[in-house]
Amino acid sequence: MALSKMDNLYRQVILDHSDNPHHHGELPKSTNEIELKNPTCGDVLKLQLEVKDGVIKDAAFSGYGCTISQASASMMTDAVINKKVEDADNMVQVFSDMIIGDDVDTHVLGDAAVLQGVSKFPARIKCATLAWKALHRSLTNQSK
Amino acid sequence: MDNNNVWRKDFPILDQKVNDEDLVYLDNAATTQKPKQVMSKVTDFYFSDYANVHRGVHTLAERSTEQFEAAREKVKNFIHAKSSKEVIFTKGATNSLNLVAQSYGENVHEGDEIVISYMEHHSNLIPWQQLALKKKATLKYIELTDDGQLDMEDAERKITDKTKIVSIAQASNVLGVINPVKKLAAIAHSHNAVMVVDGAQSIPNMPVDVTDLNCDFFAFSGHKMMAETGIGVLYGKQELLEQMSPVEFGGEMIEFVKKFDSSWNELPWKFEAGTPNIAGAISLGYAVDYLQSVGLDNIQKNTQEIVDYVLPKLIAIDDLEVYGPKDPANHTGVISFNLKGLHPHDLATGLDMEGVAVRAGHHCAQPLMEYLGLSATARASFYLYNTIDDADRLVEAIKATKEFFKNGTV
Repeated sequence: MALSKMDNLYRQVILDHSDNPHHHGELPKSTNEIELKNPTCGDVLKLQLEVKDGVIKDAAFSGYGCTISQASASMMTDAVINKKVEDADNMVQVFSDMIIGDDVDTHVLGDAAVLQGVSKFPARIKCATLAWKALHRSLTNQSK
Repeated sequence: MDNNNVWRKDFPILDQKVNDEDLVYLDNAATTQKPKQVMSKVTDFYFSDYANVHRGVHTLAERSTEQFEAAREKVKNFIHAKSSKEVIFTKGATNSLNLVAQSYGENVHEGDEIVISYMEHHSNLIPWQQLALKKKATLKYIELTDDGQLDMEDAERKITDKTKIVSIAQASNVLGVINPVKKLAAIAHSHNAVMVVDGAQSIPNMPVDVTDLNCDFFAFSGHKMMAETGIGVLYGKQELLEQMSPVEFGGEMIEFVKKFDSSWNELPWKFEAGTPNIAGAISLGYAVDYLQSVGLDNIQKNTQEIVDYVLPKLIAIDDLEVYGPKDPANHTGVISFNLKGLHPHDLATGLDMEGVAVRAGHHCAQPLMEYLGLSATARASFYLYNTIDDADRLVEAIKATKEFFKNGTV
């Protein structure tokens, strides 16, 4: 049946991240903070980072959204903690390229690479990119 | 497919597979599909008679103008306006409501009140919110009852002698309720306020008589009633429109233009600056013809049969929360719902995989979502070409999606 096509969108690891998101909550010592909204669906994502000596020491997110946006935020925080700011921002580019279906080396993304399947669901790309967009915005504000 | 639906064949778009399944289009509150009868006549117009309107003396300009104004006459008769001077072509309901807010809104002053409700679409909310901010007026919201109907006792309290404008949707785009706008108009008038009706969701589905409603303004869009996009109507009582100033200036809307002053064309053209959406207006005229040939009573009957059938089935699904009245008799073809524990976007993707097109999101009604304590819902909306089979497909697809997220994936 046609729902089996969703298997690539909702891989078990994605559902696990959505059901039990990592780094969900608030940071006590946040240096960078941003709240992004997806105006088409009303979803809200708040991202906090603790950046020290050019390295993302910790990250946390809160808000509400669909399975894909919540799983993506969980995987993103997993992937960028203890990464240098410039490396993390480079991962944003890799993720953006991957999600629109470009053939890129995704090993730097960790679990987040399984979101590649979203590229086959154009209506859901925004859900997957919200967390990475928040990361990019909060990092670029920091550098100013 | 249900063979009893005689109108379905008029809509070629419905005859296709989406994600390998027969398409079930249930996003009619967002926009309706177009019948062959309307689109072929628009093509004929472009290929045989098209020119700019109200400008040339040549034959095509005359033909084009004649058809454009004939469309206005059809709309006038369709909504039972007293004169075609009361029918202004706009870009759509949003444009119509903004026009009233910007032009009639000049009568609103500091300390005055504007009354809307919690179930308004952003298009019938932000124009008034911004007007209230600009004029230092007070914006008031009529509360809803527990089952999502307008609280008429609260309406009586909220509309006062300070109220200048009351603006309410005749049918909700989320809750599937019809609001008693005739009663509201009487209350508004007893306080010398004007009554604005957002008819975007009602006019495709039920007979509308603006004279009987005694509303002062009535706004709607063509694309939700099988016409093209980019065309809509503002109906206004002639005596009010006569007093109002145009909000856009340019060609068509002028009488005389001098170097430092101008005078305006008569109604309705005073409010139609620039080359209008000629083909759009003509498509609206043909959509009115189509609606009348089907009969609004038949459209209501078809939708009611489906709602009577599907609403109890949806309510019976474990973990499916259905918003708005639970009695099908009080429900239009718009049904909003959520599967517990699943975001409506995930639900809508599941339904799409099963070929069922629904809307998911805040439905341009964020204050309503907040009022209901939700961030978003899924919404199915039925129209004349939908069938009991379509309703069954929706119910089955919801159950399958629920199962998918419960017991999962490979």
